[in-house]
Amino acid sequence: MKRLLARTLLVVTAGLLMGAADGSWLRRVPESARCRTNPLPDQQAAAQAGLHLYANQCARCHGDHAQGKGSRPPLVSERVARATDGELAWLLRNGNAWKGMPSWSSMPEAERWQLVAYLRRINRNGSEPPTGAVQGERR
Amino acid sequence: MALRRKSYPLLAFYLLLSLVPVRGAARAQEPPYFVTYSHVMEEPGNLELASQNLYAAPRDTNAFYAQTVELEYGVTAWYTAELYLQGQSTERDSTVFTGFRIEQRLRPLRTEHWINPVLYVEYEDHNHADKSFLEVVDHDVISDQQASNAELRASVERALEGKLILSSNRNGFNLSENIIAEKSLSNKPWEFGYAIGGSRALASAASIRACRLCRQNFAVGGEIFGGLGTRYEFGFGNTSVYSGPTVAYRGPSGFTVTLGPEFGLNANSAQVLWRMKLAYEFSQIRDLWGRAK
Repeated sequence: MKRLLARTLLVVTAGLLMGAADGSWLRRVPESARCRTNPLPDQQAAAQAGLHLYANQCARCHGDHAQGKGSRPPLVSERVARATDGELAWLLRNGNAWKGMPSWSSMPEAERWQLVAYLRRINRNGSEPPTGAVQGERR
Repeated sequence: MALRRKSYPLLAFYLLLSLVPVRGAARAQEPPYFVTYSHVMEEPGNLELASQNLYAAPRDTNAFYAQTVELEYGVTAWYTAELYLQGQSTERDSTVFTGFRIEQRLRPLRTEHWINPVLYVEYEDHNHADKSFLEVVDHDVISDQQASNAELRASVERALEGKLILSSNRNGFNLSENIIAEKSLSNKPWEFGYAIGGSRALASAASIRACRLCRQNFAVGGEIFGGLGTRYEFGFGNTSVYSGPTVAYRGPSGFTVTLGPEFGLNANSAQVLWRMKLAYEFSQIRDLWGRAK
């Protein structure tokens, strides 16, 4: 009985995690959030700050090169490149809890926009190693 | 003094840990509270190991040091499970293990709202020598601790506790309110309590440089918590209340230290509870059993 329960839990959890990359969250973004643009004036500086945020907060799940890891989707992708700034900022604030992405609402809003600027940069430049500088600093 | 000396090796270990950049580490998001819960859940796959330390020297009661070890795991983004192990050491008395708690937190809503509910259920099995002050319910007062550890630990309480956690994040501020209801599994009435916390990160944006001591790594806040009596004697009377400021430093290597005194606001409370929480977050430990590529 215990084994059956454990297997059922494992299947349910795996199912939830495997559905992480389906992009269905995009349909839930309200129009008002979708059309927002990144309000930070200096996008280059914002992307640079976003690099450090990415290394500290995101790289563990999405990979050092934003290439994705297991069921956690890549962030250098057609879907992220096509998403608007507003959609990415909405996802960071709300997360996609049923699919494994936590909400980052406790992160100050400006930091979330810095991450959006960084995601824009790596999707424009291809898979630029996001943690190159940070790995150097870590050593 | 002997109590403080005992905690030096642990403190040194944590400080050392904070200076070492570790690849498996992540920075926790939690606001700087000791008692109040916010709607921030543990990130899925992460394991947080924390040690909550408390020292108090109440009037007419022996000074004590209590430690709670917490293991918190993010099962999914909407479900966090936690295990607490508690113990304490009382001056001129003894050192005792006081019990354990198992808690589950569930976040029912999919998106962020102006107020976000989280449901909390806990099973606790501890004796009355517990001095962890993880919450105050019923008519808990500091004079309850005047008895010796031997007497206090003879009485064991098994209880189910529920909390309604309400929490909001707005303009970089977090405001969290917890309503606590506890039912002993023996024949005792429902007991109630509350906790309220507010906090803010010191910086609203990240620095363009990677740094350890920049403002973005600090958060300040404050909390207040106390008992609300029982089903038959509900209210703020004859119970203890504590309040105080807190400050947290979140190191980029996954280490968080939270400090703060909590002052007793009435005669039923200890004058001050000195608290320090040291936490270390192990990132994506689920990868250890091979779910990730």
